[in-house]
Amino acid sequence: MPKLIKDKAIVENAWQWLAVNDEDAAPTVPVGQVIVPLKLWLAQRDTLGSRQDVGVYLQNDENPEDLKDDVSKLPLIAIEFPAFMDGRGFTLGRLFRERYGFKGELRAAGGFIRDQLTYLSRCGFNAFDCNETFDLDSALSSLNDLPEYYQAAADQELPLFRRRD
Amino acid sequence: MYAYDQYDHQIISDRVAQFRGQTERYLAGDLKEEEFLPLRLQNGLYVQRLAPMLRVNVPYGMLNSTQLRRLAHIARAYDKGYCHISTRQNVQFNWPELANVPDILAELAEVEMHATQSSGNCIRNTTSDQFAGIAPDEEIDPRPYCEIIRQWSTLHPEFAFLPRKFKVAVTGANDDRAAVQLHDIGLQVVQNDAGEIGFKVIVGGGLGRTPVLGSLIKEFLPQQHLLSYMEAILRVYNLLGRRDNKYKARIKILVRAMGAEAFAEKVDAEWEFLKDGPSTLTLEEIERAKRFFTEPAYETLDAAAAEASLDAQAKEHKAFKIWLTRNVREHRKAGYAAVTLSLKPTGVAPGDVTDSQLDTIAGLADQFSFAEVRTTHEQNIVLGDVRKSDLFELWQAAKVAGFATPNIGTLTDMICCPGGDFCSLANAKSIPIAESIQRRFDDMDYLYDLGDIDLNISGCMNACGHHHVGHIGILGVDKKGAEFYQVQLGGSAGSDASLGKVLGPAFGQDEMSDVITKLLDVFVEIRRGDELFIDTYRRVGLVPFKERVYAKAN
Ligand code: SF4
Repeated sequence: MPKLIKDKAIVENAWQWLAVNDEDAAPTVPVGQVIVPLKLWLAQRDTLGSRQDVGVYLQNDENPEDLKDDVSKLPLIAIEFPAFMDGRGFTLGRLFRERYGFKGELRAAGGFIRDQLTYLSRCGFNAFDCNETFDLDSALSSLNDLPEYYQAAADQELPLFRRRD
Repeated sequence: MYAYDQYDHQIISDRVAQFRGQTERYLAGDLKEEEFLPLRLQNGLYVQRLAPMLRVNVPYGMLNSTQLRRLAHIARAYDKGYCHISTRQNVQFNWPELANVPDILAELAEVEMHATQSSGNCIRNTTSDQFAGIAPDEEIDPRPYCEIIRQWSTLHPEFAFLPRKFKVAVTGANDDRAAVQLHDIGLQVVQNDAGEIGFKVIVGGGLGRTPVLGSLIKEFLPQQHLLSYMEAILRVYNLLGRRDNKYKARIKILVRAMGAEAFAEKVDAEWEFLKDGPSTLTLEEIERAKRFFTEPAYETLDAAAAEASLDAQAKEHKAFKIWLTRNVREHRKAGYAAVTLSLKPTGVAPGDVTDSQLDTIAGLADQFSFAEVRTTHEQNIVLGDVRKSDLFELWQAAKVAGFATPNIGTLTDMICCPGGDFCSLANAKSIPIAESIQRRFDDMDYLYDLGDIDLNISGCMNACGHHHVGHIGILGVDKKGAEFYQVQLGGSAGSDASLGKVLGPAFGQDEMSDVITKLLDVFVEIRRGDELFIDTYRRVGLVPFKERVYAKAN
């Protein structure tokens, strides 16, 4: 089974990613832990909402507000990074954590790189599906590259100026 | 000036360690070129035409003599014995070895300096008024707020991969020397009728390919909301700014596409969620920041006596008198003055300074100006707090060191980007143009008669030499592989900011000093009294200049 980083450890990826190619299709969502695209979730919310094993993934140009009312139920939200230079996902992460109060697994997927892990985790991501593009063991250490910081973010509610002594 | 505590030291040294690891991985082939690229940029490192270029932040232009000496040492030990003051008040080294850069950054960290976010698509070093805290026309010292912004923006996890670079400038004076209308965010610190401190917030200004003056989106932002409001602006930009075309990715394009009003509404809507949250500045924090920018230990001086002896010295030494007029400015404290050391002698690339000159400046700062200097966006260095009674001695020392060229504000005190001699993006060289103009206009009396003129030169559309806002702007262009120069007139970077208009078809390098001569001839002929070039231009427009320059020789 492919592995990923979750909560600062290397774990098995138990979730299956449901890709939907045809926009109009209304696919049946298989049993087991599945991550479905936002559109599909919105279309089938009534049925999928009763399951505990369905997560949702967003492209980084989709509106996080669409999930506002679901965050308390969802076990997992994934955000897809189309390329590592595209930083919209950092904002989405903070919105889910800080604005909508999402407590479940917030997973980064797609094109991010190891050297972004420390910022990603500050923005609220706790799981990193690295697609095996980089070595997980060494990546783990990058999570803690910058242990002190000035700003408030998803991982630290208080900016340094409220903590300084 | 700001002094690091253990937190600042830790943050910056962790950053150096992180970059050391990244550089090692890159050199070992474990980090791909395209992935290393933004990482090195966000640590100040470009790859230029001939070698890497390292840009070191000078936060809002403030440097102390220890830092100057360290920069001198870096120029000597890691570079070719000189560096360059950029048009954003930063310091650039042109020849460092990639493998040495982590060591250079570690040396900088020891003296409380860094290169974090000095390039890349992130929040860059905040710039300010080089006369902050000493200018007579200043209402509120902007530097404490600049430092608050420096800390907030440094390693901000959400805004390190923006659509494009993001520049902030802050002024506290009525006469805008920080070009706040030409930044992604421009802030003016003001006091309202109720006596509260806050900011006028301008967004979406900038030069480059699409020069535009910023739009005012908040008339008065109370100071405690500074960071939450900036965060709201950045967040809207990060989500909505264009990423499909790098020439359309700056916030100015977004503001223009949405309309300033709609943009402001969007920011306000975002701000609703952030306002009054934990990033709201506390009075204690503002006071803490202000404590670093209190007045130095000024003496109570007999201003009248100092004036009298200055007058006597000026009578005796004409050159000193001229220097006093051009390079020395009024100070808010009686008996003190601000002195600009000119980095624009003829024959030196504008803004270049050698290691031994940096050491000399450090010595002058220790002796005459409470061990501090300021870099300026006009690429000079200011000694901010000089006793008037010391001016004569300082002038003599500055002359020996080559900084006393009395050309501040004149045509030859030009802004000039590194251009094709160094920069890989350049269309044309800019330094030789600067030099040919300096050589042509070597008659100081003529320059003084002309009065203040901003001549700005950029080697390409990126406009690092701010050509759009020069009274005379020169832009290097490429015409079928040859270097040509387009001339613009009527720009200004001050409170009356305006963008220059293109005069007409571009010229070859060898024509440029003749073109400038003709422009100035026209000016002298039609000028009214002591009118400044920019005012004459605003009165008569482009036509008389254009006719002369493009007149057929007969
Ligand atoms: S204006 Fe162009 S040539 Fe000049 S420094 Fe900037 S990018 Fe280089």
